[in-house]
Amino acid sequence: MTATLSAGLAGGTQRSTPDPQAAGEAPERPRAPAGRPSRGRPYATGLVTLWLSLVVLLPLAALTVTSTEHGWGGFWDALSAPSALAALRVTVLVAAVVAVLNAVMGTLLAWVLVRDDFPGKAVVNALIDLPFALPTIVASIVLLSLYGPDSPIHVQLNATRYGLVVALAFVTLPFVVRSVQPVLIEADKEVEEAAASLGAGGLTIFRRVILPTLGPAIISGTGLAFARAIGEFGSVVLIGGNIPRHTQVASQYIQQQIEIDQPVNAAAVSVALLAMAFLTLFVLRLVSARSLRREAAS
Amino acid sequence: MITVTGARKSYGAFAALDGVSIDIPAGSLTALLGPSGSGKSTLLRSVAGLEGLDEGSVVINGKDVTGIPPQQRGIGFVFQHYAAFKHMTVRDNVAFGLRIRRRPKTEIARKVDELLEIVGLAGFQHRYPAQLSGGQRQRMALARALAVDPEVLLLDEPFGALDAQVRADLRRWLRRLHDEVHVTTVLVTHDQEEALDVADRIAVLNKGRIEQVGDPQALYDRPANDFVMSFLGQVAHLGGRLVRPHDIVLSRDRAEAYAADARVTGSPGVVSAQVDRIVRLGFEVRVELTSEEGSRLEVQTTRGTADELALLPGETVFARVAHPVAEALAG
Repeated sequence: MTATLSAGLAGGTQRSTPDPQAAGEAPERPRAPAGRPSRGRPYATGLVTLWLSLVVLLPLAALTVTSTEHGWGGFWDALSAPSALAALRVTVLVAAVVAVLNAVMGTLLAWVLVRDDFPGKAVVNALIDLPFALPTIVASIVLLSLYGPDSPIHVQLNATRYGLVVALAFVTLPFVVRSVQPVLIEADKEVEEAAASLGAGGLTIFRRVILPTLGPAIISGTGLAFARAIGEFGSVVLIGGNIPRHTQVASQYIQQQIEIDQPVNAAAVSVALLAMAFLTLFVLRLVSARSLRREAAS
Repeated sequence: MITVTGARKSYGAFAALDGVSIDIPAGSLTALLGPSGSGKSTLLRSVAGLEGLDEGSVVINGKDVTGIPPQQRGIGFVFQHYAAFKHMTVRDNVAFGLRIRRRPKTEIARKVDELLEIVGLAGFQHRYPAQLSGGQRQRMALARALAVDPEVLLLDEPFGALDAQVRADLRRWLRRLHDEVHVTTVLVTHDQEEALDVADRIAVLNKGRIEQVGDPQALYDRPANDFVMSFLGQVAHLGGRLVRPHDIVLSRDRAEAYAADARVTGSPGVVSAQVDRIVRLGFEVRVELTSEEGSRLEVQTTRGTADELALLPGETVFARVAHPVAEALAG
């Protein structure tokens, strides 16, 4: 019980309210301001804790336990198996390439959608979300029909790492666009005019004025795209070809290990993916906290 | 010296500038004054090159800059909402133009320090704009614009986003700065008091045209028309004419009022009116009256005069003009 609360109770008793329970309900009792953490809602906190435990925390814990079923040595053996390492390496490599592609093309797309006017702009704008909304396996079939063995344009990317890149770029398209777009809409055009009046050309304005403003949004969009690309399964399953040590990504390796009844191997690689996703999100939090501090410092 | 000739600019059917020609003398501080939509900002922005003209030309210090982009016009521009580079410190903001011009580091450092001293931000160079007050941000923006030694300094409602006290301080400060720096300065404002306070020349704009250009005193005392008269100060209707409320004299004595009025040539005559309300605003006293024809009349007088008259609400008094001034020439 906090000091303020007991003081409130004491005051309540003096005001000839003999029942301390009633004093606790009195409006004079100091209340936590709206939006601030308060200790007064035990049911809500309990329910949220239970829910998070059931759907997130306990499964994660169970996974970690499974991965160390054969001790930490077994965990390391599972993780350092050549095919597991190869799958992780391909995953990170392809996801990194896709993230960089997204950073550039996503920013460009957002720019065109905000600053340029062209017929059909609304349609293109709506189209951006489609890859995200589409079931990923459908994405895989869509790409296979264009870049597959029967490619109508004679570009065959199936069972190559390029195929993986295309599939993941397709699925992660909206992330950078949708995080940069609102920042660009909000961006003060007068700042660009100020730079122009000071003698800055178009390229300098972009590099020294616009890009720093968009930076946090680009980084956060790219980070989310990277995190999504690391764990992607459905969209690569058909076009990737699942060739071990070449196009087999971590999620496919995990499925393979489950199928051949090696749950420890599967769990170990899963934990590695989990760690990477967690690290990515952690870095994103740091970046956004830093830029927020600078913008709103007082 | 800035010369704008025959400037026209339309946005669709709306003519923002409808044939504007103006000379702005070198070293002057000229205010472009007008209501919103009068074209004053468009005129300023087309001098800066931030807006292209449909017709007409802009010449700055003898050089025709009509088709030239803002980067090459040698201007400094200050925006109403500061347009600060939020991700840069105060020092980097001010140094921006000099870095673009690839000046030596020592020169940039010296110049920036000097400017921060002038605008009173000497201790603030490592702060970010978000850590400054509105007035400080605008002074930073001014230092940033002055850093590149502009041939002309253009200010678009520079004090519009600040509160009244800061606004008054800052415009007097700008006046003193201008007396030191002497750069040809054009300031856009919709606030007549600001224009009268700070500028040595005022151009009044209305509906994309220039109504009158001149020094503040001339415009106030000899407005070219009713628009200029009513925009540049308060007006009252007396005997069907526009006059300044402080040019109206009230007296209790009918005979005295008529005798005094006879000595004023071209006077609108004596009007009898009933006192509704007396508002004391410190030194100034505002008397609200209803004239015999039933129209409302406001008179500004001093505390001394009001005390002498000892007016009470409900009394009838006689209003006349003090002297034949401040009347629109072509009403």
